[in-house]
Amino acid sequence: MPINKIVGSFDEAVADIFDGATVMVGGFATAASCPSLLLEALARKGVKNLTTISNIGGFGPDIWAIQGYKFTEDIDILMRSGLVKKAVVSAPSSIMLENSLERQIRAGEVEVEKVPLGTLTERIRSAKAGVGAFYVPVGAGTMVQEGKETRIIDGRVHLLEYAIKADFALIKAHKADRWGNLVYRKATRTVNETMAGAAKVTIAEVDEIVELGELDPETIVTPGVYVDRVINRPRNAAKSNAQGEKEIDSRFTESHQKFMETWKGRPKKAG
Amino acid sequence: MAEKEKLDRQTMALRVAKEFQDGDVVNLGLGIPVLASNFVPAGREVMFHTENGALGFGEITLPGEGDLDLTNASGQTVHPQPGMSFFGQAESLAMMRGGHIDVSVVGAFQVSEKGDLANWATPEKQLTIGGAMDLAEGAKRLIVAMNHITKESHCRVVKECTYPLTALECVDLIVTDIAVIEVTNQGLVLKEVAPGWSPEEVQSLTEPVLTIDTNCQEMTLM
Repeated sequence: MPINKIVGSFDEAVADIFDGATVMVGGFATAASCPSLLLEALARKGVKNLTTISNIGGFGPDIWAIQGYKFTEDIDILMRSGLVKKAVVSAPSSIMLENSLERQIRAGEVEVEKVPLGTLTERIRSAKAGVGAFYVPVGAGTMVQEGKETRIIDGRVHLLEYAIKADFALIKAHKADRWGNLVYRKATRTVNETMAGAAKVTIAEVDEIVELGELDPETIVTPGVYVDRVINRPRNAAKSNAQGEKEIDSRFTESHQKFMETWKGRPKKAG
Repeated sequence: MAEKEKLDRQTMALRVAKEFQDGDVVNLGLGIPVLASNFVPAGREVMFHTENGALGFGEITLPGEGDLDLTNASGQTVHPQPGMSFFGQAESLAMMRGGHIDVSVVGAFQVSEKGDLANWATPEKQLTIGGAMDLAEGAKRLIVAMNHITKESHCRVVKECTYPLTALECVDLIVTDIAVIEVTNQGLVLKEVAPGWSPEEVQSLTEPVLTIDTNCQEMTLM
């Protein structure tokens, strides 16, 4: 029988994600690299007590909508739907706005484990590569060191960091074929590429599914061996409904206002 | 005493960018540092690196003009340019941790006289670790760009950091809105002062004792 990892719907793609599961979620600081529709489907399913592993704590859809992103959900949808009991995360909160996770941490509703970005990435990569643990100097002498085994290597304190395994990985890629081979677009690979294969089941949301053989073998970034399911985004989806910019602005912090001002105020390139 | 004029954010970024040497691979943090990407000195070619997985991209675009799949770690769209490459996050962080980034510029809450850095949390609020610890550990040269004192007039250049640490003894140069200070094995050396500021005035807003460089001069931007 031909190998076919393509599934028919987003709800089907996440159907076996269970209460208490550990779920890796791809994406970096924009919605472009997030598996937005898988996250929506998981929120619809309403599983409880998830442990999530992600770069970010999420921003929510409004900020992405005003910037013109078509698909705007990030991991915030799991947080604000109350599905998460523990978050393993590098950037839980944001200077741009107060997100759901920050409120939940403050209220004691969600447990959080903060991990330096490189250590988080390498812990995920280790799970994929069958490495149990590794030593790294990052975090030595800081709060990150608390409770960890150490060893001096090349005269510097290194911390023992364990691989981080998951039941499911939800990732975003650009194109896929029915074998699960993936390519990404521009700067959106982020941790998606790293998470592919780091969980028992890897589910990839893609912009386009192409025929087997259409992806150049020289340029495939994630070989199909790491991917279990592929689901295609709808071609003609309407843009997510953006709220009025004025209403959104009132929720942003002073820091974000400053950030946006400097962006808008940057000098135009001469000539 | 009337408030003396300090450098604004763009001018600090301009001063930071003077540090970029021909051929440098540069990573810029959120805030003042990222502004420096628009001020690379004429005639020097540098490669910008971003955590999300790109190297060798161009300046930040104007809002609404870029490709939403091509952003820096701050989420700002950037211009593509010839020679640019893309990669995943494991590769990207390997570049940072593995000593392949020549210059990293970060913001900070505090820097100690030994070059300890505190830039990810305040005593009241833990923010975001992100790539800060990886960069502090791995960048060949770490430059801090920050205001010299807090809004409440507390020193940010301190004897010992009281804020949660990012990494120990990692900062090489501090560029503030009134001074440029080098971190050396013999302590902090005042190299430059902002226009209109004297070394004594800078010292009065700095907790540890500064050694005033024999060539200490007024900051120039070009």
